[in-house]
Amino acid sequence: MDLKTFKIGGVHPPENKLSAGLPIEAAELPKRAFIHLGQHLGAPAKPVVQKGDKVKVGTLIGTGEGFISASVHSSVSGTVFGIDDVVDASGYKRKAVIIDVAGDEWEPAIDRSPELKKEIALDQKAIVEKIKESGIVGLGGATFPAHVKYMVPEGKKVDTLLINAVECEPYLTSDHRVMLERADEVLVGTQILMKALGVGKAIVGIEANKPDAIELLSRKAKEYTGIAVQALKVQYPQGAEKQLIKACLNREVPSGKLPLDVGCVVNNVGTALAVYEAVQKNKPLFERVVTMTGRKLPKKANFLVRVGTPISQLITACGGIPEGTAKFINGGPMMGKAMVSPETPVTKGTSGVILVDESEAKRNAPGDCIRCAKCVSACPMGLEPYLIEKQAEYALWEEAEKEDAADCMECGCCQFTCPAARPLLDNVRLAKANVMRIRRERSKK
Amino acid sequence: MSNYIVSLSPHAKGPLSTEKVMWAVVIALMPSFAFSAYFFGIRGIVVTLVATIACILTEFVIQKYLMKTTVTAFDGSAAITGILLAFNVPSSIPIWEVILGAVFAIAIGKMVFGGLGRNPFNPALLGRAFMLVSFPVDMTTWPIPVTTQWTWNMSKAIDGTTAATPLGYLKEGVKMGESVTNLVAASPERFDYFNLFIGNVGGCIGEVSAFAILLGGIYLLYKKIITWHIPVFYLGGLALITGVLWAMDPTKYADPLFHILAGGAMLGAWFMATDMVTSPMTVKGQIVFALCGGLLCGLIRIFGGYPEGCSYSILIMNAFVPLIDKYIKPTRFGKEVNYG
Repeated sequence: MDLKTFKIGGVHPPENKLSAGLPIEAAELPKRAFIHLGQHLGAPAKPVVQKGDKVKVGTLIGTGEGFISASVHSSVSGTVFGIDDVVDASGYKRKAVIIDVAGDEWEPAIDRSPELKKEIALDQKAIVEKIKESGIVGLGGATFPAHVKYMVPEGKKVDTLLINAVECEPYLTSDHRVMLERADEVLVGTQILMKALGVGKAIVGIEANKPDAIELLSRKAKEYTGIAVQALKVQYPQGAEKQLIKACLNREVPSGKLPLDVGCVVNNVGTALAVYEAVQKNKPLFERVVTMTGRKLPKKANFLVRVGTPISQLITACGGIPEGTAKFINGGPMMGKAMVSPETPVTKGTSGVILVDESEAKRNAPGDCIRCAKCVSACPMGLEPYLIEKQAEYALWEEAEKEDAADCMECGCCQFTCPAARPLLDNVRLAKANVMRIRRERSKK
Repeated sequence: MSNYIVSLSPHAKGPLSTEKVMWAVVIALMPSFAFSAYFFGIRGIVVTLVATIACILTEFVIQKYLMKTTVTAFDGSAAITGILLAFNVPSSIPIWEVILGAVFAIAIGKMVFGGLGRNPFNPALLGRAFMLVSFPVDMTTWPIPVTTQWTWNMSKAIDGTTAATPLGYLKEGVKMGESVTNLVAASPERFDYFNLFIGNVGGCIGEVSAFAILLGGIYLLYKKIITWHIPVFYLGGLALITGVLWAMDPTKYADPLFHILAGGAMLGAWFMATDMVTSPMTVKGQIVFALCGGLLCGLIRIFGGYPEGCSYSILIMNAFVPLIDKYIKPTRFGKEVNYG
């Protein structure tokens, strides 16, 4: 197999895909759902329901406001209990629609039949509109409103759609299961996205640690036009947009630019499935696959979860919090967020929850930098983390800007690889934030 | 709310730690230690142990009583300095001199700059340079390998205990106006590639066996502690300069293979130039550093006053590391692209 990968940096953390062999199962409905209005990148949605309203599964409860925003739909049927602040996975209080669940009544417009619908009836413009009104966001974790990517500005030419099925984060298996169990839907979704972009070529990038998915999708892709599967060498952070484009097409997105600038649009494989369901089945985005995992978690699972379900409920379904659990990670262990409490609800961006015990959760005490240069060789952006860390320590923000601190994508390779356990990324983040600040101040002048 | 850890990402930790890196280097030095124990016997072992203990103790005392800071003397880095210092002196060196060298290496070479990671020069090489200027005779008296295994007292005055190293013999001979061809014919065992490779020649404790050093070097490559760039480019630079001169006049200059195997070039290339603290941070920088070091080593050996130039070549290049790191940057992603 011809395995491609990106050229500079990267690490290979232990994969720990403990739940890779477990089929997707539907999680139990919550008694009460907490659906955040801002669970995507950009402006929060504006609520269109109020206390006491009856809602069904799929009912619009918040509309996207502004260019970068996304609509939010009810994931359950029942009565709106109220709209209030609910702590999200990052520990911030954000507005959420709280719904008391009764039964499971779906909007009649949603086609719940399991049959595959291959014919794409909608035209280019209608597809983008449908993606927008279905509240679809990037399901890889960044939750960027999907329709925005398909409104290609004048003058930009896109020739390739990339489907990100890399799942380079350790532990997570939700994309893997989606590919194995919903392969046809994913491929039809890909065709829809190709039509939306007006391109004839799509590449599905999958890492070599998912040979079954590579085999299945390669075989099925033959039934569709213009879709190729590209096997990739296992290397973190290959699922980062710029690295995936480099790996698949050997194109390098210039600093500060977008995939659009090199003729690409990248979407997650889960997003392709959501697009299929929205366009072909009229089903807005209100549920997703969430990997529940952790070495000591009694039962691992890939749950199909309604957005707004409390994560604690999923943990209970997996046998409860194991003794000694010290950290809950929302997302992967490299880029995911540590949650303040497991009582927060699942959002569109929740790809998985990892429970880790103290020895794994605690950082090692930092020592002196031994100039081993591992952070420099690990950085996929070609930066010098050790240097930016020092600049941050001395608040040399102008210098950090010259060292391209703003190009950091926070993949964590530097800190992962550091033998002295230095808080490299913490400091690079600090530098990055300050570089952004001085740039804003400069542009104001 | 319960007390869970909410640190920032990444939540995963890599397999390496400073201690693991340092002790891996110590393990990599063990084949050379074993060979030196055979070639230089009891004194080789004692000098190495004394230097190592002296280095660790010096670091311990300075951290505990002068700096009053966390003691990291046992993290393996002081042990490396001690072993490398011993490997860079002849086994006949008086014990008090090697202790003084060890104290200098750690105190002046490392701790005055703030300790691990902050020293600009390789401490072991600095210790060696200090000893070479302080004890020039003792530092250039070379026990004959194997036959002196159980001899404690060795000096130029005692017959059959010492002899010139291949490089020293070559330097003296060339100075006298002798041709390389005649010198090789007069002392073929010194120029025998097998002897040089296995280490059956006079020299410093740990530098003689190219084979043992190579074993350790391969271990470091396998453990991903070092990359191949520095050793290959250092030896390549040395081979380049000596090779060019040899090609011009083989009667006047020794061949590049001899230069690679003789003296401290192998030890320097694999264990001293690769010292993380005192080498550049980028691969491109490391290549410049090592190539220039190798060239310098050859130039000092052939045109300089000393028969051996390895340690000085590395010390000189150490001084250029901040400059190299300032001007040689890694290839940034998305900076020099012209697309569309």
